[in-house]
Amino acid sequence: MSEILASVGLALAQLGILLVLAPGLNGLIKRMKAVLQGRKGPPLLQPYFDVLKLLRKDSVVSEHASAVFRWAPTLYAACFATAALLVPVFWSRAPLAGWGDAIALVGLFALARFALALAGLDTGSAFGGMGSSREVAVAALAEPALLLVLFAVAWRSGGTDLSTASAYLVSQAVAVVAPSQLLALAALVIVVIAETGRVPADNPDTHLELTMIHEGMLLEYSGRPLGILVWASHLKQIVLFSLITALFFPFGLASAPAEVPIAFGAFLLKLVALAFVMSLVESSSAKLRILRVPELLGAASALAMLALVAEVVIR
Amino acid sequence: MDGPLPGLVLTWQLDGLSLLFGLVVLSISAVTTVYAIGHARHHHGFPGSGLLYLLFIGAMLAVVVAGDGFTFLLAWETMSLASFGLVLTDHRRAGVREAAWSYLVMTHTATAFIVAAFLLLARTSGSLAFADWSARAPAVDPVAASIIFVLGLVGFGTKAGMIPLHVWLPRAHPVAPSHVSALMSGVMIKLGIYGLVRLSFDWLAPGPAWWGALILGLGVTSAVLGVLYALMEHDLKRLLAYHSVENIGIILIGLGASIVARSLGAQAAMTLALVAALFHVVNHATFKALLFMGAGVIDSAVGTRDLERYGGLLRRMPITGLCFLVGSAAISALPPLNGFASEWLTLQSLLALGRASDDPLTALLPLLAGGALALTGALALACFVKAFGISFLALPRSPQATEAREAGRLELAAMATLAFACVALGFGAVPVVSFIGQLVPLAAVPTAGSALGLTTAGAGRLFVPGVALVLLALAVLAAIVPRLLGPVRSHIAETWACGITLQPIHEYTATAFAKPIRLMFRDIVRPVRDVGIVHRAGTRFVASVHYRSHIAPVFERYVYLAVKDRLVAAAHVVRRAQNGSLQLYLAYVFAAMLTALLLAR
Repeated sequence: MSEILASVGLALAQLGILLVLAPGLNGLIKRMKAVLQGRKGPPLLQPYFDVLKLLRKDSVVSEHASAVFRWAPTLYAACFATAALLVPVFWSRAPLAGWGDAIALVGLFALARFALALAGLDTGSAFGGMGSSREVAVAALAEPALLLVLFAVAWRSGGTDLSTASAYLVSQAVAVVAPSQLLALAALVIVVIAETGRVPADNPDTHLELTMIHEGMLLEYSGRPLGILVWASHLKQIVLFSLITALFFPFGLASAPAEVPIAFGAFLLKLVALAFVMSLVESSSAKLRILRVPELLGAASALAMLALVAEVVIR
Repeated sequence: MDGPLPGLVLTWQLDGLSLLFGLVVLSISAVTTVYAIGHARHHHGFPGSGLLYLLFIGAMLAVVVAGDGFTFLLAWETMSLASFGLVLTDHRRAGVREAAWSYLVMTHTATAFIVAAFLLLARTSGSLAFADWSARAPAVDPVAASIIFVLGLVGFGTKAGMIPLHVWLPRAHPVAPSHVSALMSGVMIKLGIYGLVRLSFDWLAPGPAWWGALILGLGVTSAVLGVLYALMEHDLKRLLAYHSVENIGIILIGLGASIVARSLGAQAAMTLALVAALFHVVNHATFKALLFMGAGVIDSAVGTRDLERYGGLLRRMPITGLCFLVGSAAISALPPLNGFASEWLTLQSLLALGRASDDPLTALLPLLAGGALALTGALALACFVKAFGISFLALPRSPQATEAREAGRLELAAMATLAFACVALGFGAVPVVSFIGQLVPLAAVPTAGSALGLTTAGAGRLFVPGVALVLLALAVLAAIVPRLLGPVRSHIAETWACGITLQPIHEYTATAFAKPIRLMFRDIVRPVRDVGIVHRAGTRFVASVHYRSHIAPVFERYVYLAVKDRLVAAAHVVRRAQNGSLQLYLAYVFAAMLTALLLAR
């Protein structure tokens, strides 16, 4: 009984912390980008104000929208909240380890995409349809790359369980700089860029119809549902960042209560480092034409395949 | 040959594999029959011939319980001819007869290959009984075994709709009445898989690894190309037919992986892959039959199979819409439904196979096949966002769609049953997988069931009800927690269309939706577009623009037409020997007799 309570407690704690940190991470990336580009940028806490403001506002719903439009934000948020419990973030064992693995994570991401892409089509607006169409096309190329990365990691650690994979890496510290590990990391970073809608795959700061993907699907949302979607997107971003840290930099994960503060600090440091990498990438590259995105994701798939080759051939 | 003449006594056998496929035949046909009766109530009688329909079901059942080669072929031919007759139901409509003919030609070519394989098997074992074939399988010469295997692969693969032998499937399935399409796509093509499983695991001894690698490669090709062609379709039933090609590909990936694992002696990976393939057989039968019945309901409500003329159907047909949504999510391999469970198992088996082999090449290929499977899953999701979103959401795109009415009670009951089955097979994946493991004699089930969840020899685990429960709990939280910030209202207003009133013509179309994917994969799907601009006489003003976009039929043009042209050319050569002169024919007879006498001396 106490074991169940402990895992429920861990689950709530992990989800709560990720939910609280998620908007801040976005603010941090925005701020870093601004500084790199010589601007002052919005306050660090701006995403919190935005989400809170949206959650308190009335919403406007299209007369053509169906129940799909109404329930999509809830399902979208629930998918990422569940996914957040599959990744070991600061405790060495993820709260849902044993119930779901890396493939379940991919499945939950797909379910969220399904819900939002349908919602994009639901109002009849061409912007929504365009966003959905592009989202599913980009994701179709990102998903194989992601799975190949996960296979490369799983091939080494013995299975698709994420907690086992990070525990394995901790026990074999040298493997961090193995060629396969570096190649897989590069592939995963590209996938994360595409999945979080960042430059060069998408632009998170624009509503210009020629370029937008994610924002296109959200265009008809307003008020509280939009607040939920924005917060859930922040959560998606922090879950993907946690996936990178769990698979490639799992050091400092706690396995005893006393180690939790250190693990938490280590997690924050890793997030800041990743945020810096993302802001560098975004500041130093230009948005790709939509039809050039496949080349970028093709490169991710190729890197992931090379990681597999390196893993299998150079055991 | 010992025993009575073949055909005098029909023999039957019922083992685990027969039972599994028999259960699929019986349960799906029970549901489609309810659907067909419901359809008959509202429309002009039972669609097509009831007798042929029953004969078709009976023949499918006979195929899986046949105990010798003759009985099997008798049942197989009855099945093919009955379904040919059913495809011809609307024979007055344009294109139906051509589709039926191409089906008949393909299915008979396939049967010829199966007959050849059976004759070779009968020759080496001296009997037509399946029991003798499996008993004497180890005695078959390896080269002969490989020949038998390839013949059987072509024969059964054609029935299964494996690329490049799939061309009949997207023609014949859409034109049949929907309850027949549901049976053909959901069940009949699976009997090709049944034949392949029997051939490679029962009638022949474990073969070389290339057998499995060949099936694996064909599976990957079928899966990826099948879903790409499905995306290019906007005829709902053709789209679903191409998805059958895709899902057969997924099943073949599992089957191929298990054959490779068997030749490597990797027992755990073999069992896992075979169980994954058989589980996907069951799952695909449920959601594909569901989706075809949904397509049938929409077809009769709107009067067309063209996606571009649907739209807004969820408001008019809410229960059909919900069932179709469940089917779409299941076929897109979304948790917590059954399609996800079997794709999860297939991926795990590929990983297990990769880990089990020492040779880098055989380790890499299954892992890369896993990447292809992920691509397939993501494209299937894109396709069903299109199929559901364009048909059921937003504004009706045609007056007929505005008038659409919900289907009758029996049709809805049939669809709801299968939608429930999609959920139940996902939640109950563990007992179902252990059941399949027990039915298939090879399965020592080191894999299939722990008390907690699906688990594999490695460290991967999945407990579908647990994930679903957490998902549901968190969805409830996501719905409730924001309410703590106080009440908000939602106002109903127009969709923003840049200041004009939204018309159906402003909506994204199915063709436009698939355009990014069409362009990304243009080297594979070969889109062709004609744009024609007509100017007003004597001016530069445009009077009309026409735009047509279609996909070059690569296989038809480069494979089948090429073969047909060669055949016709060969026939011209042969015709020279036939000049109609009686004396010449007598000379042929004489020469043939002389040769026969010399040979038989």
